Amino acid sequence: MKRILVAACFLAVLGLSPARAVLPDEVMSDPAQEARARDMSRELRCMVCQNQSIDDSEAPLARDLRLLVRERIAAGDSDSQVIDFLVARYGEFVLLKPRFERQTLALWLVPPLLLLGGGLALWMHVRRRSKAGAEASGSPLTPDEEARLAALLAGDPPTERR
Amino acid sequence: MIAEAGHYALVLALGLALIQSFVPLLGARWGDPALMNVARSTALAQFVFVAASFAALVTLHVTSDFSVVNVFENSHSLKPLIYKITGVWGNHEGSMLLWVLILALFGGLVAAFGNNLPLSLRAHVLAVQAWIAGAFYLFILITSNPFLRIPNPPIEGRDLNPVLQDIGLAVHPPMLYLGYVGFSISFSFAIAALMEGRIDAAWARWVRPWTLMAWIFLTLGIAMGSYWAYYELGWGGWWFWDPVENASLMPWLAGTALLHSALVMEKRNALKVWTILLSILTFSLSLLGTFLVRSGVLTSVHAFASDPTRGVFILLILCVFIGGSLSLFAARASQLKQGGLFAPISREGALVLNNLFLTTACATVFIGTLYPLALEVLTGDKISVGAPFFNLTFGPLFVPLMIAVPFGPMLAWKRGDLYGAAQRLLAAGIAALIAVALAWAWARGGSALAPLAIGLAIFVVAGAIVDLVERTGLFRNPLAISFRRARGLPRSAWGSAFAHAGIGIALIGIVCETTWNSEYIGTLKPNDLIPFAGYQLKLDSLSQRQGPNYREMVAAFSVSLDGEKLSVMTPSKRNFTTRGGASTTEAALLTRGVSQLYISLGDTTADGGVTVRIYHKPLVLLIWYGPVLMAFGGMLSLSDRRLRVGAPKPARAQHRLQAAE
Repeated sequence: MKRILVAACFLAVLGLSPARAVLPDEVMSDPAQEARARDMSRELRCMVCQNQSIDDSEAPLARDLRLLVRERIAAGDSDSQVIDFLVARYGEFVLLKPRFERQTLALWLVPPLLLLGGGLALWMHVRRRSKAGAEASGSPLTPDEEARLAALLAGDPPTERR
Repeated sequence: MIAEAGHYALVLALGLALIQSFVPLLGARWGDPALMNVARSTALAQFVFVAASFAALVTLHVTSDFSVVNVFENSHSLKPLIYKITGVWGNHEGSMLLWVLILALFGGLVAAFGNNLPLSLRAHVLAVQAWIAGAFYLFILITSNPFLRIPNPPIEGRDLNPVLQDIGLAVHPPMLYLGYVGFSISFSFAIAALMEGRIDAAWARWVRPWTLMAWIFLTLGIAMGSYWAYYELGWGGWWFWDPVENASLMPWLAGTALLHSALVMEKRNALKVWTILLSILTFSLSLLGTFLVRSGVLTSVHAFASDPTRGVFILLILCVFIGGSLSLFAARASQLKQGGLFAPISREGALVLNNLFLTTACATVFIGTLYPLALEVLTGDKISVGAPFFNLTFGPLFVPLMIAVPFGPMLAWKRGDLYGAAQRLLAAGIAALIAVALAWAWARGGSALAPLAIGLAIFVVAGAIVDLVERTGLFRNPLAISFRRARGLPRSAWGSAFAHAGIGIALIGIVCETTWNSEYIGTLKPNDLIPFAGYQLKLDSLSQRQGPNYREMVAAFSVSLDGEKLSVMTPSKRNFTTRGGASTTEAALLTRGVSQLYISLGDTTADGGVTVRIYHKPLVLLIWYGPVLMAFGGMLSLSDRRLRVGAPKPARAQHRLQAAE
């Protein structure tokens, strides 16, 4: 059974079956509610597929989930109630955007921390280098070097800015 | 016979790789030019043998020799010739053979055109190339031999997966591999530099063209894959943040960073250690991509566990190369001398900022792709990380990067003038504000995000134009002088302007497509008429047609605008009888300017109707024109350097030197 499931989701991923996502008969009569359903569908995973939202997926399970979402919306649930309902039924796996929790801490925090840490490291590096540079540039030039510098400055400086 | 010859050629290539992986190193150690030059011959010979092996597999596929497992499983005698050829790399074994073919090609190129490299550097580089090649030859020969025979040959093959029978996907893997594997050159140069303990601006000059070449191919390969998904998968999506896509995006991001840091190293002899590290990381990410796609670990951790030979072998290669190179880096990096100084506000500073954002973006994709796998292995919990996560984390990283892009080329090396740069970019800023206002007015309210993003994109494009205007002195000098200056401008300046404009162009397409696309889903019967996005569409007919190895249902839609007939669109649904009735959707696309009308067919209904999905995608083609422009910029830049590839001397002196050799 599991093998068949894996095979089925593989086929679905490769688009071997024709596009069947969101069929005409699923669409809700109220455009506002339908828009909510579509937005939510994009954040929910078709669980037998590889990385497809139920909005994109053609699998029968995705259709069931789409209908379920619309059923809950029609029953008057708020967006978060619908999501909670689905998570209670199918687990965190159904969310394409994991919630911020203990086990997803690293997932959410690494990018901003890396940017901050990288920025900080750069800033410190620049400060250290510029301090060292200031000390290094303190040494005066020898008369010979002064003469060469003057000669260089007198000549045509390259105009090209690269 | 051909299969055995191909197999044998691959074994010979392995033998050559083994020789090449240590003889040149001994030569470098003993200072023996003859031993060092062995690498040149073996690298060229390796390419010849791998090419022979590949040619053998192509021949087997073209002649439909079903006594070979690989051909039996992936080909069919009725398949069109073009797909018989491209089917060679439409499967695991064949695509790995293509991988090593390209690796051998790059090794051969270094051997053939690396005459001006210092002998010991070339020896080291080719030796490292041979380690990589040897590992992958072993992988193919032990776990993924494409030349295995079947004792009782069947009469007919199983045919290639129908979605792969498409010209877009036929060209996509070679492009992508040219990119992935191309980064092996910068990797080998980095390892060689660490082993020799010597690195300078000339090193960066040698590495940059190779990196640029790999980057161009990777850019085009990713864009092509994205366009393929767009028209073939049938719902008009063009980027899914799928792990397979992420696997190619990561080396691209790191490679883009590498291009920019190598520039600093070449011009200013700074950022050496960082450039070396990026070279290692970029190729490591390419290896990781190969592992992710080829091991089956993505389908499911369990699939990986149930048939681990291939996966474990690549994982081993991955660990040895990444672990080994990073250890070498840790041990040797401190010996590399620090280079030139620069102020934070300078061209170098801007490029460092670029690197910070690109590597963070790369790390974000990395963690998002691997976190679910790691979590499942460690705790058994299953979570999903999909498009909403990446849009939320990756998107914001690109905003400051894009704002900084036009400033970079405006700043001088060493110490720049931010105020002056801002003044010169005033025109671009004004253009951006006008674009925001126009987009806002046109969209009549709605989310402010989209007009702002359009403004950002226009800023980047206008910034690239301003850069060229400034350099040529247009509007300040007589036209003739500007023209002369434009001709005198180095190609690399044109290249970076085009590449930068390309990102802006792509962003315009992305924003317009995602914000203002419209969609119709419904069931239509022949002669039904629907108004859609200003067009009138009429379903003229539904008919059946027989193709070479499939049957298809074709719908004909006539499209008219204001009563005037524009075109007939014929989306179809193909049913591949040779492959157990698998079917594909062939969407019909009508291009108007850079926007497209997109129709794909679903199932037929009992009462003679058909489910259709119609999309209007405004400016969607810009999404791919952008990368094409970027690649074009890369090529311009590459052509600028062609005469100087690894040649610190003028081209003529170099010729004389070669003649003397």
